[in-house]
Amino acid sequence: MNEPIISPRESYISVTDQITGIVLKRPASWGWWIGFAFSFMLLSVLGASLFWLFYKGVGIWGINVPVAWGTAIINYVWWIEIAQGGTFISAVLLLFHQEWRTSVNRFTEAVTLFALVCAGLFPLIHMGRPQYAFFLAPYPNSLGMWPQFLSPLVWDFFAVSIYATVSILFWYLGMIPDLATLRDTTDHKYLRRLYAILCFGWRNSGRHWHHYETTYRVIAALAAPLVISVHSIVGLDFAYTIVPGWHSTIFPPFFVAGAIFSGFAMVLTLLVPIRAVYGLHGLITMRHIENMAKLMLTMGMFVLFGHCSEYFMTWYGGDIYEQYRVIHSAIGPYASAFYISMACTALAIQPLWFQRVRRSPLLLFVIAILVNIGMWAERFFNIVASLHTDYLPSSWHIYHTTFWDWSTYIGTFGLFLSLLFLFVRFLPIVSMAEVRHLINRSGTE
Amino acid sequence: MNPDIRTLHGLVAEFDSAESLVAAVRRARAAGFRELDAYAPFPVDELPDALELPDSHIPYVMLGGAFTGCAAGLCMQSYANLHSYPMNIGGRPLNAWPAFIPATVELTILFAVVSGLIALLLSLRLPAIYHPVFNHPDFRRASRDGFFLCIECGDRQFDRESTADFLHTLSPMSVQPVEK
Repeated sequence: MNEPIISPRESYISVTDQITGIVLKRPASWGWWIGFAFSFMLLSVLGASLFWLFYKGVGIWGINVPVAWGTAIINYVWWIEIAQGGTFISAVLLLFHQEWRTSVNRFTEAVTLFALVCAGLFPLIHMGRPQYAFFLAPYPNSLGMWPQFLSPLVWDFFAVSIYATVSILFWYLGMIPDLATLRDTTDHKYLRRLYAILCFGWRNSGRHWHHYETTYRVIAALAAPLVISVHSIVGLDFAYTIVPGWHSTIFPPFFVAGAIFSGFAMVLTLLVPIRAVYGLHGLITMRHIENMAKLMLTMGMFVLFGHCSEYFMTWYGGDIYEQYRVIHSAIGPYASAFYISMACTALAIQPLWFQRVRRSPLLLFVIAILVNIGMWAERFFNIVASLHTDYLPSSWHIYHTTFWDWSTYIGTFGLFLSLLFLFVRFLPIVSMAEVRHLINRSGTE
Repeated sequence: MNPDIRTLHGLVAEFDSAESLVAAVRRARAAGFRELDAYAPFPVDELPDALELPDSHIPYVMLGGAFTGCAAGLCMQSYANLHSYPMNIGGRPLNAWPAFIPATVELTILFAVVSGLIALLLSLRLPAIYHPVFNHPDFRRASRDGFFLCIECGDRQFDRESTADFLHTLSPMSVQPVEK
């Protein structure tokens, strides 16, 4: 397939004008204001939920013993898996010279960052005493105490905080030349100064580009194993325990595949409408959309394979608690989550085998939303169905979500979307320098 | 010593494409100019070669950062578990090094990335909000669709007239002196 990655009509100037136009257009369109107001409303739902949580304690959620993890950890895993898609596109595809990533990587990296903000919130508020969260960090203290380095939860602290740090730095590094473009495009005196400071005075020097390109690529090469390790460690949070259904060596790769799967689903969910709203069809072409659909299908099949392997090992291992869990999952109290997860992940992606579906933004949008829902149901099912029937039948307990469980979850959408709206408004959503480079290489200019 | 060096940054020629910029840089190098820089709105593939830049040293700095992070991670965890806060749990070994690896991997990457970025800023001498080359009237186009070659005053061969004449032979769109 020799379809161009970007439309041959695009030039250095048209790219610059389209992308800076989104940022520098004043005043913002009414659509943006409505979207931002809606997101901000959801964000205040989060604020209210957190206030009530800090006032009353984690008892406002449905968690109990043995289901101590509940929606906080479900949401944590769900959000952090969404984060993976961005790093995968920006780092792994860069290393494999997949040039089509160029016009979507900035946006997907932003999705990564904002999903990480939402993900990072949940372990903190799940602690019950979030004011002591800093106990997780190894620092010299008067108690003479250290974090327990043998625990996956401490690995998780290192993995997620370092992943967030590296993601921010990588994102900002990639944005420096584009901030310089904004500085050179705006006629507004103070904005010009602001962007001059933000871009560190970048002057597009050939000597600078040389060091810059090298550093960018090496950081990408480091971000790729980093993101794999983060999701492996999230998998180990589960696999390290002896809860039936969790204690399994498939978990780390299973979580990595699930992460890329849901990451691509979220990127498609957001990119399809943004492409339509801002008319970026020349930069984000059908080829981008189709490639992402293909990767989503591949990763979805990996996840399905992970399930099959899990069930095979349960049968082959012969542990009656594990087997009870599997049979119970299809007929027990959480069967609906099981069926939703299977329908929305394994079944919903099958139409993607057909090119006509992969090339239809509307159908892809619907499938991507279904996958997002399915992955949440899958995390719910994975966490709750396993925990509520552990190895001690006397402690079995049914888990129900409460109003506050849902309001906190919905509130994080407000956090995510508010950040996303601000990003789309104030920062360049497509890497202009990289697109110019691509235009130069493809020989249209 | 060049009399212009107090007031002049250099002579800037503008070109219409990345290819003509690269060709101009190659000819300027061949003519013996050394203190020159090219400006382009994206990393032009052949430009480092044309400017005869050595390979960037930053990956080595990052390698050093990676070793430091790795050593720091292992030492911190060993110190905590063996000396500062040893816990005997059922006689299991205190030096459980395989369990130290995940945090060590993460710290290795963190140190490599942060040291690379610090090295990058130091090598580029950024942040620097002002630079004389910004005085060029069309320099805003360097981040849009402009390609510039600057021969700086510090060059041994620099002479205001003869260097301008040389730049004109490269068929530029314009040649302008840039004040400091």
